[in-house]
Amino acid sequence: MSDLSVQIGPLTLANPLMAASGCFGYGVEYAGAVDLSTLGAVVSKGLFLKPREGHPPERIVETPSGMLNAIGLQGIGVHRYIAEKLPELRERRATNVINICGSTLDEYVELARILSDADGVHALELNISCPNIKEGGITFGCSLNGTFDVVSAVRKVTHLPVIPKLTPNVTDVASFARASEEAGADAVSLVNTFLAMAIDVETRRPKLSNVVGGLSGPAIRPIAVRMVYECQRAVKIPVIGMGGIASARDVLEFLIAGATAVQIGTANFVDPFIWSKVLNGIRDYLQRHDVARVADLVGTIDTSSREKQWTSS
Amino acid sequence: MPVDVEARVIRNTRLSSDYNVIALAAPEIAGAVEPGQFVMVKPGRGTDPLLRRPFSVFEVLRREGRVEGLTLLSKRIGAVTGLLFDVVEGDVVSCLGPLGRPFNLVDPPAEAWMVAGGVGLAPFATLAESLVARGTKTTLFYGARSGAELFYLDWFESRGIRLVLSTEDGSRGERGRVTVPLERELRRAGSADLESADIKVFACGPEPMLEAVSQLAAKYGKRSEVSVERVMGCGMGGCYSCVIPVRDAGGGHHYVRSCISGPVFAGADLAWD
Ligand SMILES: Cc1cc2nc3c(=O)[nH]c(=O)nc-3n(C[C@H](O)[C@H](O)[C@H](O)COP(=O)(O)O)c2cc1C
Repeated sequence: MSDLSVQIGPLTLANPLMAASGCFGYGVEYAGAVDLSTLGAVVSKGLFLKPREGHPPERIVETPSGMLNAIGLQGIGVHRYIAEKLPELRERRATNVINICGSTLDEYVELARILSDADGVHALELNISCPNIKEGGITFGCSLNGTFDVVSAVRKVTHLPVIPKLTPNVTDVASFARASEEAGADAVSLVNTFLAMAIDVETRRPKLSNVVGGLSGPAIRPIAVRMVYECQRAVKIPVIGMGGIASARDVLEFLIAGATAVQIGTANFVDPFIWSKVLNGIRDYLQRHDVARVADLVGTIDTSSREKQWTSS
Repeated sequence: MPVDVEARVIRNTRLSSDYNVIALAAPEIAGAVEPGQFVMVKPGRGTDPLLRRPFSVFEVLRREGRVEGLTLLSKRIGAVTGLLFDVVEGDVVSCLGPLGRPFNLVDPPAEAWMVAGGVGLAPFATLAESLVARGTKTTLFYGARSGAELFYLDWFESRGIRLVLSTEDGSRGERGRVTVPLERELRRAGSADLESADIKVFACGPEPMLEAVSQLAAKYGKRSEVSVERVMGCGMGGCYSCVIPVRDAGGGHHYVRSCISGPVFAGADLAWD
C-alpha cells in the first residue's frame, strides 16, 4: 500500500486532495456524498468577518471547457461559521482549512485571531486573489508589498499554518510566492481564477451581472501547471496547485510539476463523487511506477534533453 | 442522499422540432424521487459542455410493477439540451439525484391546481400521480405558445385531471396567458359557495409567470408553491450560483440557494427581483 500522506508545513494531510474554496460549500453540503475525513482537507468557502449577500444572478456562465463565476463571496461570516458549521465538520473529522477574505489588513488579522482560538481549524488560506469583489483581497494579491504585509501580519497573530492563495492575474506569479515565503508563509496555493468575461451577442449584454468573472475548469489547466512549476522553483515552502483538475492524471501532472498537494474545484460540481475515483487512479499510478510515497513524486519533472528513442517494428 | 447513475437511454421521443422526452434507465433515482425533485444531467463524458444541467423528473417509468427508470422533458435551447435532443437508445447520460425539496402535497377535501407554462409542465406528471393516489381533485392549467406545444394531454386526462388550456396564438384552448383562466377560476372559487374552496396552487414555468401566479394566489387567499429554474452549477449547494431572493421578516430579502432550499418555494416567501 502506497503512502498517500503529504506535509504542508506542520500539517500532515492524509492525501494530497483538497476541496477548493467556494467549490464545496462549507463542506457539510457534501457530507452525504463524501466521507469528509477521507479528504486531504476541506477548504471553506471564503469567509469575511461579517455575512455578505454576494452579487445578483447571473453568477455563473459556462465557457468552452470551463466556467466564469462572479458569486461575490456570499457568505455567513466567520462567527456563524464557527457556531453552525465547524461543530459538524469536527464531528466528521474533516481537516479544515479556512479561506479568509478581508477589505483591510486589520480584517485579515482579526479573522486569523478569531479562527486561531476556534476548535477544529487546521490552517488558514488567505484569499488575496478573488477577482470578483472590488474592495480588498485582490489589491493585496496584486502588489508584492501588499502580499508581504498581509502575510506577515497574519503570521504574527496565529500558530496555524498560513497559506496565501495567489492570483494568476499578475505578470510574474513566482515573485508573489517569494514575497509570501519571506513573510513567513507555510505554503502558497495557486491558482485562483483568471479574470475573464463573456457577452451575449444577441442582446449585447454581459453574461454575468458583475460583467466580469473568474475563469476556472479544464480550460485553465495548462496555465495553472506552468505557474505551479514556476513557483515551485522559486520557493522552498510547499506549493498547493489547482486549476482545472478533473482526473487522477491531472493531479499527477501538478504533483510532477512541483505541487505537494492539489485542490479540486469546478470538477467537483460536475462529479461530487470524484474524490475516491481520483485517489484510486493515483494509487494505481504509484503502483505501476513503483513509487512508495506520493510525496516522492513532487517536482520530479524531467526536463533533461530527450534522447531519441524508437523501437523497431 | 443523491446517487450518480450512468443511465442508458431507453428511448428518445421527439414531441416537436424542439421538445423531446428522454427515457433513462436510472431505477435507483426513479425509485426514490418525490414530485418536484430534480436531477443533474450530463450527456457524454467530455469537458465541453462541462457542467451538468438541472431537469425536473418528468415521469417515473414502471414495468410489471417494478421501477424501470425516469423520463425528462427537454426543450432544445442550449448546448446540453441540443445534445439531449439527439441522443439515441443505448447512449449514456450521467444522472445525479434525486436533489432538492419536493412539493408539499394536499389531501382531500383540498384541491390542487397545477399551473404549467411551456416546458414547466415537467414536474407535474409525478405530482399529478401522487395527488390522484391520495384522491385529491386536480386541475392542470397549461399554457404554451401554440397547440402544437401542448403535450401529454391524454396522459393527464386519462388520470382524471381536469385540463384548462391556453395558447399565445389561440390555436388551442383560450388565447393568451395561462393566468387569465386561472384568475377567472380563482375569482369564481372565492365568491361561489363551492364545496371546496380550499385550493393549493402549484406552478412551474417562466419566472414572470410564477410571480404572477403567486400574486394571484395570494390575492384570492390561496396557498401557492412554485418550482423555480435558476442557472445551476452543481445542484448540491456547493457553488452558490442558483440563488434566489427570499423575503425576511424585516421587509428586506436575502439570497438562498434554489438547489437545496428549493427548487420548490412557497410563492409567498419569494421576493422576486
Ligand atoms: C463558483 C466558484 C467559487 C469560488 N469561490 C472561491 C472563494 O470563495 N475563495 C477562493 O479563494 N477561491 C474561490 N474560487 C476559486 C477556486 O477555489 C479555484 O481556485 C479555481 O476555481 C480554480 O480551480 P478549478 O479549476 O479546479 O475550479 C471559486 C471558484 C468557483 C468556480
